[in-house]
Amino acid sequence: MGKLNLLVVDDEPGIRSGIKRILESFSVSYPFMDEDFEFDVLEASTGEEAIELLDNYLFDIVLLDNKLPGIQGVEVLEYIKNQGIDVIVVMITSYASLDLAVKATKSGAYDFVPKPFTPKELRSCLENIAKQLFLRRMTQKLQVEGKQIRFQFLSVLSHELKSPINAIEGYLKLMETKKMGNKMEDYMEMVHRSLARVQDMRNLIMDLLDFTRIESGKKQRNIKPVYFYEIAQQSIDLIQPLCIQKDIDIHLNCNDKISLKADKQELEIILNNLLSNAVKYNKQSGRIDLIIKQEKDEVFMSVIDTGIGMEKEDIDKLFEDFVRIKSEETKNISGTGLGLSLVKKIADLYDAKIQVESEPGQGSTFTIRFPVT
Amino acid sequence: MLKIEKKKILLVDDDSDYLFQMTIALEDMGFEVVAAQTQQEAENIISKIKPDLAILDLMMENQDTGFILCHIIKNKYPDVPIIIASAVTAETGLLFDVESEEDRQWIKADLFLDKGIRNDQLHKEINKLLKI
Repeated sequence: MGKLNLLVVDDEPGIRSGIKRILESFSVSYPFMDEDFEFDVLEASTGEEAIELLDNYLFDIVLLDNKLPGIQGVEVLEYIKNQGIDVIVVMITSYASLDLAVKATKSGAYDFVPKPFTPKELRSCLENIAKQLFLRRMTQKLQVEGKQIRFQFLSVLSHELKSPINAIEGYLKLMETKKMGNKMEDYMEMVHRSLARVQDMRNLIMDLLDFTRIESGKKQRNIKPVYFYEIAQQSIDLIQPLCIQKDIDIHLNCNDKISLKADKQELEIILNNLLSNAVKYNKQSGRIDLIIKQEKDEVFMSVIDTGIGMEKEDIDKLFEDFVRIKSEETKNISGTGLGLSLVKKIADLYDAKIQVESEPGQGSTFTIRFPVT
Repeated sequence: MLKIEKKKILLVDDDSDYLFQMTIALEDMGFEVVAAQTQQEAENIISKIKPDLAILDLMMENQDTGFILCHIIKNKYPDVPIIIASAVTAETGLLFDVESEEDRQWIKADLFLDKGIRNDQLHKEINKLLKI
């Protein structure tokens, strides 16, 4: 049984004892919480008394009346805010005063309970808070242990791996039962789709391997001068078949002297990912410019495409694990959702900054600025 | 000749292969299928026709697209039963259920199913919801 410490601040003894009674036999339980919560109630009859208690004890929740004999509830609230005390404050207000509500909300009041209130109203208010507190504690705990990220990663990963398996299995079953008759040609589309899903899965596994190598920090890094012109040419050669399919021209603007002390493989991963995105999200017969330039204290690399582009709010999400911008235009483009998150992770190793500019329907520009040390 | 009107099922999922396979399965069960691959497509369909039942994937454009569509459909056609078919429960251990009244208030779906469900089980569940 978990305990939540609650402070009631009200000058009317009747209200204080009423609240105490309501909460005595009350506990909050939700299916997703491992334990139920009970309330331990302490009382204060003035704002001054409340502040003294707040200074000496840790509370989870404060039920705060505004109209008090000395300092007002709002002032207690201000104090809590200014001292940075981590507690959820619920204002008890005798009448709905918009002014007070605005002021209290600004100072961080979580909720309002109108006076007079029924036991049910009070309970449901506290139920919400208990849920909130539980989730907050849970997240803090998980973050500390680094578990949350792993958990999310693994659950999304299993989803990403399971979907293609389901699809392939479904097609195989249709073939097994000869759903479309006896002619092999009638199953060719299913065979092609299955192969495409197998390829997706292979890509995911390849990305995942790169990903774990970089995440674990165990990969032997081989840092020496890397010439951009050379790796840019290699990446372009690699992506050329896809470009031909989509009739896309790639233009490289880079002189052969630009170099950076780096791990060649890591730079290749960045380039390959940015270029393959520039092809995948480009229009038929589009264009890609790869510009690499040396300025006095940085090398910057820009990949400019003439593709579908994206909205501003999508840009921030791009670099998270497994995030893919889904829309009418991208629904048939396959991807693992790991490419850019890898790019970001590697860029971080070099203290490199990533900039994205994009215009829906016009194209996107990804720029990475590597500081030269 | 007696002509029986087929029941219309709206099927929404962003995985085109799942959509294809599910359409075959549902048609085999004797239903007419209207399929959509995005939230927008689904909304367009809903604005034109009223399905007899809807089967929605949960995670599409966003992690909660299924819930949003569910809400939209129930607003327009409160009597259309909705199944949310998802792989979420199995993998994350996040259990969504619509057994309790409280859950039913915010999750508007009538039923949650795991995507791995067998076709005959699915058929049974659909018939139950359609009261066939």
